[in-house]
Amino acid sequence: MKVCIVGCGAIGSLFAAYLAKLDDLDVWAFDLDEKHIAAIKAKGLRLSGKGDIHSHPHATTNVADVPACDFGIVATKSLHTRAAIERAAGIFRNGAVCSVQNGVGNEEIIAEYVPRVIRGTTFPAGHIVEPGHVAQDTGGKTWIGPFEPKSASMAEIEVLAAKLTEAGLETLAMEDSRGAQWTKLIFNAATNPVGALTGLPHGVACDVPSVRKVISTLVAEGVAVAAALGIKLDSDPEKLVDYAREVAYEHKASMLQDALVQRPTEVAALNGGIVTFGRETGVPTPMNQAIWALMEGLEQSWTHNKKPRIKK
Amino acid sequence: MNAIRSVCVVGAGAIGSLFAGHLGSVVETKVLVRRDDHEEQLNRAGLTVSGKSSLQVPIRASTDPAALGDVDLVIIATKASAVEAAARRLAGHFPDALVMTVQNGLGCENVVAKHGDWPIISSITFMSGVRHSDTHVEYELDTETWLGPWSGGTADFRMATRVGDLIARSGLKAKAFDDVRPAQWSKLIFNSVVNSIGAVTNLPHVKAFASRHRTADLGNLVFAMMEEGKRVAKAQGIELYEDPWEMNVQAVSHGQTGDDDYAHVFSMLSDVRAKRLTEIDWLTGAIVREAQRLGIPAPLHETLFGIVKGLEHSWQDRQERRGT
Repeated sequence: MKVCIVGCGAIGSLFAAYLAKLDDLDVWAFDLDEKHIAAIKAKGLRLSGKGDIHSHPHATTNVADVPACDFGIVATKSLHTRAAIERAAGIFRNGAVCSVQNGVGNEEIIAEYVPRVIRGTTFPAGHIVEPGHVAQDTGGKTWIGPFEPKSASMAEIEVLAAKLTEAGLETLAMEDSRGAQWTKLIFNAATNPVGALTGLPHGVACDVPSVRKVISTLVAEGVAVAAALGIKLDSDPEKLVDYAREVAYEHKASMLQDALVQRPTEVAALNGGIVTFGRETGVPTPMNQAIWALMEGLEQSWTHNKKPRIKK
Repeated sequence: MNAIRSVCVVGAGAIGSLFAGHLGSVVETKVLVRRDDHEEQLNRAGLTVSGKSSLQVPIRASTDPAALGDVDLVIIATKASAVEAAARRLAGHFPDALVMTVQNGLGCENVVAKHGDWPIISSITFMSGVRHSDTHVEYELDTETWLGPWSGGTADFRMATRVGDLIARSGLKAKAFDDVRPAQWSKLIFNSVVNSIGAVTNLPHVKAFASRHRTADLGNLVFAMMEEGKRVAKAQGIELYEDPWEMNVQAVSHGQTGDDDYAHVFSMLSDVRAKRLTEIDWLTGAIVREAQRLGIPAPLHETLFGIVKGLEHSWQDRQERRGT
């Protein structure tokens, strides 16, 4: 069986490192980062932190090197989904492709290019330490299930879940994985941009009442959209916000980390996703739309404020 | 009361210096300052106004209100956040004076009224200046100051007219209204929206503030938030003097070239960049409070208010963690 990881940042590398431990799997890591891929080719892929692995997936920056695969796992930032799958689609002519990305809308894009799609949500997180070396910061489960309009078979989904679990990434195959996806989406869409716009770590943001109120307003809109879509959430996102305050008080949301180095953010797939699905179901989402606009404004300021100014 | 023969300006920032520098050419003008060296400088050199006016006037300055003697008019020109402290210093002084406030936002008149029973004139000013030193201010935008009797006190339209006439005679532009709230609320809504959005996005007043093509365009947020503010004004029976959205559209198309390079940096954005406390409580926060009082939803104002509060917190927080 052959698997190709498309996009080997922190999350993609976690998947590649775990899966490459299995002898009966042929694992490919595809990414455009020359240094990271060269390091994996030369010395293998190292995982530290919560996971301690040294494995040897095939690695390439050239999609032509990759043979036809049974499964794909897309782990790029949601900004790059289209560019990545457009390039890699040929690998999965007869395969099933699973997204483990943040936000909503990635599966829809992937389905334009490949025959069978799996909806996935993953909780483990990490960061790249150096080329070829990734630290796993948190554990957690992965949920996968059919992407209805163009789905892989349940049998196929169960095979992928079994392989991931066998490799050490506990994965649940579900008839409907939207509950997990939307729980994480609502949590991320409420906490990430608030962190990015205020500069506050998660726990501190929760302790400023006027900021905590913004988070709750965003959560409430997301919950209403999920309900209108007939999605049963895994858990209450409000409780997740409070739980994260307990276990990750000083954590800077990934969108805040992006903002600090002026990297384009995933706001379109998070708050933008909630706005889009809200519109389709007739649920108003003015606060998510406001936050989306503010984040786009912030991103615009990075270009605007950098332009050389001619003094009047 | 009779003609205004003497004025005391409290707070000599850009706006305070513009008032003092102009009024000093027509009436006896005093300035209440906080720093000793500021007092010395003004007493020695007076105030110079350049730019749209060219003036050089003597100033009587002091850090002690008792040393300034009586005056007929007090103009409080501090930042909104400093009005409480300024009014406390004025308590017990200038018993026969009118007091005029010129702050951004709402609620400063109430603060002043707690410290004395002076008749209060509300005003808002659209003029702007650059303060080059303690004794030199440049008059930049020669737009009007609007004033009127504060509805919560004993001032009347005649008093406002007298103050307006004096200001106009000194070379600034002024217009007295029977009820200044329609103008005040137009500017309040405009400022509450564009200042808070600018502070959060780190954007000056660029064209994006009026752009409404895509869902996530900033102009949609500006528009929706202004509609929210207009509902709060309407609920108190205030008919706006100008439409805040039109003010916004006009502001972004200003400038010789219409180029975003010359976009205005909001005062709240300057505060955020310098990590200073902002005027959010008197602008966006004032609309949130009014909305709550009236039972009208204002979730967009609450959201921007909350985020700016979070930003302010992020500096304090970092300082606390450094143990300073």
